Amino acid sequence: MNAGSLLGLVAQRIALGLVLLLAASALIFAGTQILPGDVAQSILGQSATPQALANLRAELGLDQPALTRYFSWLAGALQGDLGNALSNGQDIATSMSHRLGNTLFLAGTAAIIAVPLALILGLVSVRYQGRWPDKVISGVTLATVSVPEFMLGYIAMFLLAVQFQVFPSVSTIYDGMSLGEQLQAIALPALVMVLVVLGHMMRMTRAAILNVMQSAYIETAELKGLRRFTIISRHALPNAIAPIVNVVMLNLAYLVVGVVVVEVVFVYPGMGQYLVDHVSKRDVPVVQACGLVFAAVYIGMNMIADIVALLANPRLRHPK
Amino acid sequence: MTRIPISALLGLLFTAAFFLAAILAPWLSPYGMAEVVGDVWEPMSPTHWLGTDSIGRDLLSRMIWGGRVTIFVAVCATLIAFLTGVVLGFLAAVAGGWVDQALSRLVDLMMSIPALIFALVILSVMPTTLPILIMVMGLIESTRVFRLSRAVAIDIEVMDYVEAARLRGEGNLWIITREILPNALSPLVAEAGLRFIFMVLFISTLSFLGLGVQPPLADWGGIVKENKDGIVYGIPAALLPAVAIATLAISVNLVADWILNRTSSLKGGRG
Amino acid sequence: MTDLLEIRNLKIGATSYPPGEPPREVTLVHGLSLTLAKGRVMGLIGESGAGKSTIGLAAMAYGRGGAQITGGEVLLNGIDILQSGPAGLRALRGKRVTYVAQSAAAAFNPSRRLMHQVIETTLAAGVPLAEAEARAVALFRKLGLPNPETIGRRYPHQVSGGQLQRVMTAMALCPGPELVVFDEPTTALDVTTQIDVLAAIKEAIRDTGVAALYITHDLAVVAQVADEIMVLRNGRMVECGETSQIIHSPREAYTSDLVSVRQKDHPAKPPGTTALLSIRGVTARYPGVPVDVLKGITLDLAPGQTLAVVGESGSGKSTLARAITGLLPPSQGEIFFDGRALPPKLAGRSPDDLRELQMIYQMADTAMNPRQTVGTIIGRPLQFYFGLRGAEKRKRILELLEEIELGAGFADRYPAELSGGQKQRVCIARALAAKPRLILCDEVTSALDPLVADGILKLLLDLQREEGVAYLFITHDLATVRAIADQIAVMYRGKVVRSGPKAEVLAPPFDDYTDLLLSSAPEMRQGWLEEVIAHRKMAAGGN
Repeated sequence: MNAGSLLGLVAQRIALGLVLLLAASALIFAGTQILPGDVAQSILGQSATPQALANLRAELGLDQPALTRYFSWLAGALQGDLGNALSNGQDIATSMSHRLGNTLFLAGTAAIIAVPLALILGLVSVRYQGRWPDKVISGVTLATVSVPEFMLGYIAMFLLAVQFQVFPSVSTIYDGMSLGEQLQAIALPALVMVLVVLGHMMRMTRAAILNVMQSAYIETAELKGLRRFTIISRHALPNAIAPIVNVVMLNLAYLVVGVVVVEVVFVYPGMGQYLVDHVSKRDVPVVQACGLVFAAVYIGMNMIADIVALLANPRLRHPK
Repeated sequence: MTRIPISALLGLLFTAAFFLAAILAPWLSPYGMAEVVGDVWEPMSPTHWLGTDSIGRDLLSRMIWGGRVTIFVAVCATLIAFLTGVVLGFLAAVAGGWVDQALSRLVDLMMSIPALIFALVILSVMPTTLPILIMVMGLIESTRVFRLSRAVAIDIEVMDYVEAARLRGEGNLWIITREILPNALSPLVAEAGLRFIFMVLFISTLSFLGLGVQPPLADWGGIVKENKDGIVYGIPAALLPAVAIATLAISVNLVADWILNRTSSLKGGRG
Repeated sequence: MTDLLEIRNLKIGATSYPPGEPPREVTLVHGLSLTLAKGRVMGLIGESGAGKSTIGLAAMAYGRGGAQITGGEVLLNGIDILQSGPAGLRALRGKRVTYVAQSAAAAFNPSRRLMHQVIETTLAAGVPLAEAEARAVALFRKLGLPNPETIGRRYPHQVSGGQLQRVMTAMALCPGPELVVFDEPTTALDVTTQIDVLAAIKEAIRDTGVAALYITHDLAVVAQVADEIMVLRNGRMVECGETSQIIHSPREAYTSDLVSVRQKDHPAKPPGTTALLSIRGVTARYPGVPVDVLKGITLDLAPGQTLAVVGESGSGKSTLARAITGLLPPSQGEIFFDGRALPPKLAGRSPDDLRELQMIYQMADTAMNPRQTVGTIIGRPLQFYFGLRGAEKRKRILELLEEIELGAGFADRYPAELSGGQKQRVCIARALAAKPRLILCDEVTSALDPLVADGILKLLLDLQREEGVAYLFITHDLATVRAIADQIAVMYRGKVVRSGPKAEVLAPPFDDYTDLLLSSAPEMRQGWLEEVIAHRKMAAGGN
């Protein structure tokens, strides 16, 4: 092995991510082709005349073979052209761009709060393993991971918006709002997303650190009479980075997906709302486009986690 | 000889209660599911223990019937996920080679798209009937079961006692059913509990988004959707299913934890 | 002489979590006392469960895995370290008392350079960086590490196991401690590596004048380094005395068992005229690995005899067993069994081929399905090969249990309820149930304590006499070879370097590797280590 092999592995992982994304796009496309009828049928309903159906199919290009349609869709997507929505004819890429921004704003805010909080809580429960702080944290997080996102949303809304009226119950957001106003508007959905992801992330962080703390080299450090802080910072953390980054990335990916439901609860104009609306309208091009974007984010996060794990592995960083 | 800890006992008790309520719904629920029996959003009263819903139906009856639908869908989807996932997972582990490669890569691909998004993509073109919901949820979740059962089976496959059976001349069927399955049962049963919870959350989320169980049927997620507008007037009807889902989820979790702990202590060896 | 370490009436307990039962308190060490003078080395010896590591760690006031010191005193220079509080313990551990673990590979932090880890506590004690590094380099040199100036810049995965064990010794000696606890430091190493590490450790101890507790299960090893030896059993002292007294005139029966257990010699049977198993030019490699693990192996084994295949890790001896069983079909060569060529692949073999060739594994734990009772485990081959059922099968199971010296009561037990030796006996019964003509034994005694292993070897010899079964006995341990073999094959890097009747293989003139292997196996006498090292230096100088 030489120094090039680490770069090689990283490049391999990136290539794998791209292949996976390509395959996922095919899967998403295929997923919308397996229905007994087709899009034209679902737009016009069961009572449509065969002539009307044929016209619409020609208009939508549905008379082409599936493979041709997939490649032209893919070629468009690669150039940033995601087609037009069936329901209102608008350009999907344009409608999606500011919604994607809104979603990333919400998810990002939640992540900025949740990640450090989860890591701290994870460390605290490791530090006090088996004692009351650990038990309290474990109990509360078990409760939050057992409740679906929309339930947490309504509980938060019921308590904080209706009973105590601290935050608005609907998260309207538009251009020209100051950052403070925007943050105020997304306070509740962000809180809910923090709660949703915190439990998973904290539990996984705890498990990852405990796993490292049980290693023989931690015992060696203890038998060296090092301070607990030194043991954790010098001997545990360098080896816990990869598993912790993995946990964070998994949960960020989860966060981006969890946003779908939370946006619907708080009527927040983001990607999730957009996707769900168009699933009900059976607007296939929009659904495909949204699915592709979500899959890209998800695959990207997992790829970053893998790459960090590669980079953090001393065996690969310092080959023999 | 084995003592059940209190937490697991409580979990078992509540889980059993939920399942009984689901099975006995026709006899337990005081009113019909779709029967309008009062005003909109009546408060709790002796005639309507949990009050009434957005169009005046008895909420307790709807909760019981809704639980029946939720649990039915979740159980069926879990069964499908396990049937597919365990059979293919064990097959991949025991057969190895290209069978394993093909199945594993396919599962990698399916798992590269988040479950909810994948379900939404498919449901955007499929009619949302119960059988289709169950199939879609079951197949999407079978990927997780596949990974677990493959991993568990591979762990067991490399054990010397499996090799000893192979050297004896036993066939794959014996090895899977007699050597691997009995040793994989505990983690799989615990996983079944967790998958079941996930299915409950999954179907509730879909129904809440209006893409799951369709009226006139209703499940817990649907009840939230119908009553969500009450929240802003301070009417907690939409929160009741939340309590039900959370209680069920925590109960099953406690049981699953207990099963897992029992397994790991069995592995503890010398003690 | 002043006492450096005095342990008085030490009691150590732990909470045990037996499966399916409520947790209960167990006692690991029952009121143990010992004294160790400055600069002396005491060997703590015993079988698994004797509490030797637990006692060693107690000298650092440390309880591993939930073990707790429940009573007694541990005096270091007259001060009870159990009372010294967290800050006092930090000042003690890693500075005045240090530790060398069995597996240095796991005990080093994988993501930090060796030098950082070696001088960590020395720096913490206030020694300047340059001086600490100089000390470490001097120790690396003393311990015979290659490139002592630069080896500290490496990461743990970049050096070999034997070297890592020496680096760990350097790490323990670097802060200039008063006492070092060596916890089986050479057990995980191959025998030819062990001797060098042992010599390096002994020299370093002598030159620095540090006192040591040397923990091991191998009496021959401890006889080389210890001034005095304490024999432990089940958390109690059996006896304690000067090394020469323990190995020459033990007072307790248990100690003399331990001394004599590895010195058995089984009279070899005369070479057979026919071959039951003939291996002809077998070459094999694992799929995807472009290296031959076996290179043209040719061996013969006569009916009813034992062929011991001896070699170190990586010699290919276990791979040979896989090739014979058909799990790894050879790329070249043939294997004949009772005159007929065995199909190379397992799938191609007839039920009789499979039945007549049975296998016993090193780890009896993983060789039995934990969900099956002993009766089911032994009964399956009876049903599978002979179609026995019901009462007939039951009767045969009980006969087999008698043969392996376990009673009928064992038939309904699960493997988890058996001791290590009992488990291995059940595995032997499972193999016997098939009425085999050849049993492959892969390190079957390596995971067992010496006295238990001795019982297994005796059982195997008895069974061979009664049933006429042949053994292909794979092992790394020469004492085991002497105790069981009729014929011996020495393997090194995939080749048979020497083979023949036991007396011939173990008698000079030797080839280089066999010489190295035989001379590296520790002998139960003081001064052996020095002799071998001196002999080797002379030989090296003579060339």
